[in-house]
Amino acid sequence: MADGAAHESTEHKYRPISPIFASTCACTLSSPTSRRRSRNKPSVSLKYSHIHSTLIFLCFNSFSLIHRTTMATTMVKEVGSEPAQLLGPESASERTLYPYVTGTSVVALKYKDGILMAADMGASYGSTLRYKSVERMKSIGKHSLLGASGEISDFQEILHYLDELILYDNMWDDGNSLGPKEVHSYLTRVMYNRRNKFNPLWNSLVLGGVKNGQKYLGMVSMIGVNFEDNHVATGFGNHLARPILRDEWHENLSFEDGVKLLEKCMRVLLYRDRSAVNKLQIAKITEEGVTISQPYALKTFWGFSAFQNPTVGAEGSW
Amino acid sequence: MTKQQANWSPYDNNGGSCVAIAGADYCVIAADTRMSTGYSILTREYSKICKLAEKSVMASSGFQADVKALQKHLAARHLIYQHQHNKHMSCPAMAQLLSNTLYYKRFFPYYAFNVLGGLDSEGKGCVYTYDAVGSYERVGYSAQGSGSTLIMPFLDNQLKSPSPLLLPAQDAVTPLSELEAVDLIKTVFASATERDIYTGDKLEIVVLNADGIRREYMELRKD
Repeated sequence: MADGAAHESTEHKYRPISPIFASTCACTLSSPTSRRRSRNKPSVSLKYSHIHSTLIFLCFNSFSLIHRTTMATTMVKEVGSEPAQLLGPESASERTLYPYVTGTSVVALKYKDGILMAADMGASYGSTLRYKSVERMKSIGKHSLLGASGEISDFQEILHYLDELILYDNMWDDGNSLGPKEVHSYLTRVMYNRRNKFNPLWNSLVLGGVKNGQKYLGMVSMIGVNFEDNHVATGFGNHLARPILRDEWHENLSFEDGVKLLEKCMRVLLYRDRSAVNKLQIAKITEEGVTISQPYALKTFWGFSAFQNPTVGAEGSW
Repeated sequence: MTKQQANWSPYDNNGGSCVAIAGADYCVIAADTRMSTGYSILTREYSKICKLAEKSVMASSGFQADVKALQKHLAARHLIYQHQHNKHMSCPAMAQLLSNTLYYKRFFPYYAFNVLGGLDSEGKGCVYTYDAVGSYERVGYSAQGSGSTLIMPFLDNQLKSPSPLLLPAQDAVTPLSELEAVDLIKTVFASATERDIYTGDKLEIVVLNADGIRREYMELRKD
């Protein structure tokens, strides 16, 4: 076995690549190094014939993704060649290596009546802001709200798993329903399990909810690290928003104060995180249920004197 | 043909220190409550201590997801033991189980640095100290985790155990009273907090003796 054609697992929406076409493309792509920051540029190895024909198509059209030529050209002699045999019949290319379409930070805090969570609606494809209307927060069952940053397709898969979980829970029809603690525990196990198989779901998840008057707010990372706290944030939010929350959060925040605090955090992220977009949603979950706001934009201020005539005193510099 | 290198690591060090001291009829197990990643603090109130059986308490630092999985695994095994033998596992038995569980994953280890404390079948305090792959030893006191290099020498100075090679065998347990041992733990953590960035926030102390379990907290520096 181990014939190249037998491994054509990905869909061929586009016509199969001819070897010449592939080697031209190979010139424009570099082989990834282990030091590459995955957030920056999606990169593709062309050792395998059947991977990412869609990406190659895109690369051919968008030369902004061109990198220096490397030995990759010599690797792609036979497009129908077999995948690395070190790993046996299972092809290594089926494992997650890098995230492609990613969402940025999610910030959440506990307030008097429940949980408030904020996330912007952007999804980046490397350094391009590709999608600007992505809902990164979804309600789960009756008692929980899930926000995710990281790979959007993995988030969609998680939602699929949770749909099934909630469905089975509802099918019991016993008056009981999974609360946020249970959903958090389930998600932790799922993420840890995938990490054990070296095929992680590339997300940082925030799970908040209220059940029987008990508020709950927790976080799970892509390798399964999980904890519960009064306020959480993923990605850049951990560095920029958490300090603000540590300083200004207190028990029994009112709804207005909670929203103001979240907006303060999101504004800082907007100014300082390059993958943030000025279109955000704030979600609230209380005993009564989930409400996700309509998307809106934050007011920003750019009228600093240092921004007018930025090169004064050093003409010619940027 | 170079193989793709993964740019993510399945491990992370979430920091923290754990200490246990065995006495004549008590055992003190303590750990800080800070959970970090890289240079960030994730949360200031995460407990690293887990009660596995009536007389066995484990404190683990290292990679939190592995620690959680290990604790769940051992708790499940203990439940099965209780169903099969109609009694709780003794501390020495739990110690052996923990060692075997860790070695089972010898080639993809649990990144957990454990210290197991409790009372043995005679009611004397016992402390077992482990490395990540299950080699263990019964000792009178031990420290594991990011602050262990700071704490252990101080404990050696205060509580030096007689060598297990001596004949006749000498007791490893400390002559300190329970209150003195708790006081020593507090001193030791306050010092470790000064110099170890991963240790701090709050100290959780669990004291096991013939009367049962007692829990105590102490604030530590938050910087």
